[in-house]
Amino acid sequence: MSLSVRFTHCFRDFSLDVAFEAPPGVTALFGRSGSGKTSVVNAVAGLLKPSTGRVQLDETVLFDSNCRLSVPVHRRRLGYVFQEGRLFPHLSVRQNLLYGRWFARDGSGVGFDHVVEMLGVGDLLARQPARLSGGEKQRVAIGRALLANPRLLLMDEPLASLDEERKAEILPYLERLREETDIPILYVSHSMAEVARLATTLVLMEKGRVVRAGPAADMLSDPENVPALGVRSAGASLHATVAAQEEDGLTRLEASAGPLFLPRVEAPVGTRLSIRILAHDVILSRSRPEGLSALNVLPATVTAVRLGDGPGAIIQLKAGDDLLLARITRRSALALALEPGADCFAVLKTVAVAQSNVGGLG
Amino acid sequence: MRLFSGSAMADWLTPDQWSAVALSLKVSFWATALSLPFGVGVAYLLARHEFWGKQALNGLVHLPLILPPVVTGYLLLLVFGRRGPVGEFLEQAFGLVFAFRWTGAALAAAVMAFPLMVRAIRLAIEAVDPKLEQAAATLGASRVWVFATVTLPLILPGIIAGAILAFAKAMGEFGATITFVSNIPGQTQTLPSAIYSFLQVPGGDFQAMQLVLIAVLIAFLALFLSEWVGRSVARRIAGS
Repeated sequence: MSLSVRFTHCFRDFSLDVAFEAPPGVTALFGRSGSGKTSVVNAVAGLLKPSTGRVQLDETVLFDSNCRLSVPVHRRRLGYVFQEGRLFPHLSVRQNLLYGRWFARDGSGVGFDHVVEMLGVGDLLARQPARLSGGEKQRVAIGRALLANPRLLLMDEPLASLDEERKAEILPYLERLREETDIPILYVSHSMAEVARLATTLVLMEKGRVVRAGPAADMLSDPENVPALGVRSAGASLHATVAAQEEDGLTRLEASAGPLFLPRVEAPVGTRLSIRILAHDVILSRSRPEGLSALNVLPATVTAVRLGDGPGAIIQLKAGDDLLLARITRRSALALALEPGADCFAVLKTVAVAQSNVGGLG
Repeated sequence: MRLFSGSAMADWLTPDQWSAVALSLKVSFWATALSLPFGVGVAYLLARHEFWGKQALNGLVHLPLILPPVVTGYLLLLVFGRRGPVGEFLEQAFGLVFAFRWTGAALAAAVMAFPLMVRAIRLAIEAVDPKLEQAAATLGASRVWVFATVTLPLILPGIIAGAILAFAKAMGEFGATITFVSNIPGQTQTLPSAIYSFLQVPGGDFQAMQLVLIAVLIAFLALFLSEWVGRSVARRIAGS
């Protein structure tokens, strides 16, 4: 399944002009609030009728202004998870979950028991939504959308209304969703951490326009995208396998560039993980550093340099098979002669990697 | 309590009084029951849709609330009377006569109670978050299903409140009724008309007072019923 979106729409004080493709996997729409992300999702869902354009899911045209065609919302068969859950207050959790199943024409699709197990809502089935916590509500909302047997899942900031703890509770479920179902997901977010963990494709939006779009790994490790993504949250992801749980509370992982030590990651040996390393947590050295407290020293080669307008510079490195970003000063970049092709060592403090930046990988 | 058991009630009241009470209950029941679907429909239209002539419809619905009841009764007589355009048609097509019949009393009561019913239901519909209805649509529910499975259950307390309000208003309707269908004992003499008649004859005060007592009793019963039903529905939604 893949989704193709191209449309323009004018609001009173804002205009949208977007075009992008969403291949299978999680496509994240990323941008500041007010950049038009929700309107894009609403246009795909049919809750917003664009002035001109076309929305197509595989062979099915959902909207085409040229033929004055607009499939009604209830016939589009898309699962929509809203920011505020929007559970039906008069129905129990079980009835909420089964609501869409009623209308799904064929009985196929994901099974009730599977969804209940995957989202861990088995103990909540008899409850009313008013008696659920925020995180539980969102899990039920996700299950309800899934059980409607959708061809595409739309998620509009499903974690935005939750605190960090609840987010950490739901993110693994979303990762499982990405790995265990083949339903494409259009995911709206303004949180780089969420996007980095979930997205396979990234669409960058600004003021109602698509600025850049492409595979998430490439986009996130491209220094040219750093200003749009935000300097503070820039960073690339490293792939590694859990090698051992050490006795002093560390976990040893094996990345393609060498061993990596992280604070305890609760995952069995052999698990493939994706670890997001923020650019400002990386220190660069031309020679192998000695007598250093940082445990992680990975040999790398500079692949690109982007000097910013201010005092900073973003260096893209290739460490083994992975790309890393490092944010250092221009002065250091010049002093160390960090140019494409230069060999160096990326130094990374173990404790700098937050638990929330370690995600599962299929 | 023996006072209110069936036969004692019949002994306690004169046949005219009894028939007035029974007729008022019958008239109010049918007035409420038959106008309820229209009330829900009009309230939904006013709450959820923008259309040409919306203000006109809103005004028309509320007219009986502002007009003197006698004027409403007279207008009903002009339109639904045996020589009125609609009245004549209904009589020829369906044999349905309103003027000076109990059916006319029900029509008058329904028209007078309609604005109250619509207001209560409209408020309930406006309190339902349209986002819930959108969510239902994305899950595959057509408009009709969204209404039946989401909107309707959520506005049920409002519908019950509106119905009971309308019933109470119908029980008390006097001006339009007496103008449209007159005050014929046993045929069109409702509870308020009967009270009025008893007060016109010397020595009728006691009988009038009996009816007043019954009217107060019915009003209280209706009020308690609406409170109780409304609360139990609200409790079910809140999930305790």
